[in-house]
Amino acid sequence: MQPIMNGHRQGARRAAYPARYSALGLLRRGLTHAEWPPAWRSHPLKGSYDVVIVGGGVHGLATAYYLAANHGISNVAVLDKGYMGSGGSGRNTAILRSNYLTPEGVRFYDRSIQLYRRLAADLDFNVMFSRRGHLTLAHSDSSLRTMRWRAEVNKAQGVDSEVIGPAEVKRLAPFLDVSTQARYPVLGALWHPPGGIIRHDAVVWGYARGADALGVHIHQDTEVTGIDVTGGRVRGVRTGRGDIAAPVVLNATAGWSSLISGMAGVAMPIQTFPLQAAVTEPVKPFLSTVIVSGTLHVYISQTDRGELVFGASVDPFTSYSMRGSLEFIEGLAGHVLELMPALTKVRVLRQWAGLCDMTPDFSPIMGHTPVQGFLVDVGWGTYGFKAGPVSGEAMAKCIATGEAPEIIAAFGLDRFAEGALVGEKGAAAVGH
Amino acid sequence: MILLPCAWCGPRDATEFQHAGEVVARPDPATATASQWRGYLYLRANPCGWTTETWYHRMGCRRYIRVERHTETNEVRAVYPGKAAG
Repeated sequence: MQPIMNGHRQGARRAAYPARYSALGLLRRGLTHAEWPPAWRSHPLKGSYDVVIVGGGVHGLATAYYLAANHGISNVAVLDKGYMGSGGSGRNTAILRSNYLTPEGVRFYDRSIQLYRRLAADLDFNVMFSRRGHLTLAHSDSSLRTMRWRAEVNKAQGVDSEVIGPAEVKRLAPFLDVSTQARYPVLGALWHPPGGIIRHDAVVWGYARGADALGVHIHQDTEVTGIDVTGGRVRGVRTGRGDIAAPVVLNATAGWSSLISGMAGVAMPIQTFPLQAAVTEPVKPFLSTVIVSGTLHVYISQTDRGELVFGASVDPFTSYSMRGSLEFIEGLAGHVLELMPALTKVRVLRQWAGLCDMTPDFSPIMGHTPVQGFLVDVGWGTYGFKAGPVSGEAMAKCIATGEAPEIIAAFGLDRFAEGALVGEKGAAAVGH
Repeated sequence: MILLPCAWCGPRDATEFQHAGEVVARPDPATATASQWRGYLYLRANPCGWTTETWYHRMGCRRYIRVERHTETNEVRAVYPGKAAG
């Protein structure tokens, strides 16, 4: 009998490779110093697959995993021009939350949090999800008003969000300056207990291992150079390692997504902006929540290692450059110190940038395109990582059934032609 | 630091400017179809390479310039006066 685990079919299809992780296995390897087998394998590039997924990040790998796990479609290739998780999946600040502004957005991201909560068990991989709560600070009457709005929309969708006052903020985050002397005093906050942080690389590796075990081929260092379309149908992709025929191609890239869609002749309402982040040296644990300030364009969390992770809004102009800038780190440090003056002596270890595909309404673009068989899961702006599992689940269903599931129906490419935008700027971005 | 050579003020730090985006031809509102208009509003080439775009010298002469910029290296090739963005 096949055990039913967390709604996913498991068992017979899970091959002998790889062995499940267990305490006994850990003990045995600890005693014998035996090598761990690689968590996923390399395969020769086949000439054809049922589904080709461009982009080996959390979205692409999650789609591949759910195609195999939920729909039994395992003749799938995931291609990445670099290594897995080398794009946005490895560059984000690993924050999870579902306190969005529109009912469509709240429902969607809440499903993702639900999947994240059971992901470690589903994937047999420790993804280190820490549900520590998420605080969005309000420094003005208008942001307080938006937070009340968000809290009500959230509660109507069954998502735990509440507006709290400065005293409660101080209790949750004692190192925050909530005095009225601050340049931007904290007037209140949106408190979202289900939010938290996760180990972002582990999510990528867990999905890769899970997909590989179910027969998916992961091809790293395989850059897509063209997409073949004839008669309004996608026929396959051309790569630096050879051509692949496929009736279904999914664009699950970030940063370069408008260029990949352009190869299939599909124009995208997307502009690419870098987003910079930074991490400090590790310090003792003192910050148990995620702190976000839209006014100060910053979000702060402390990792399990003790490092403080800072993120910001996107850079003020479009670029494909992933170099950090001095203006950014200066501005960021100033904003962090306004919130937490105690951090003056803490040193920044490194800074980096990732590419964000911004859409006009700060919502993603998911589903079918005018080219038959060519699907997109793009336009993920600054909120793609937290949506990885639900996007994978929904896109897998979209591919398997040929129809966009209800949960992503609002995010279709055709919404721009119809003027049915899903405006999430008030809750998705810190720079507004 | 990125220097943008303003057509009126000379080379100035890019932080003085506001990026107004790619130059997109504006269709005639009287004759444009809905899809042409939506294309003008939303669709961008978003190239990884050379692009022509409008910048506004917000903290300087407060005039618009056209800039040819490489979006991967941020190298600036040519600058000329631009008309005010519509």
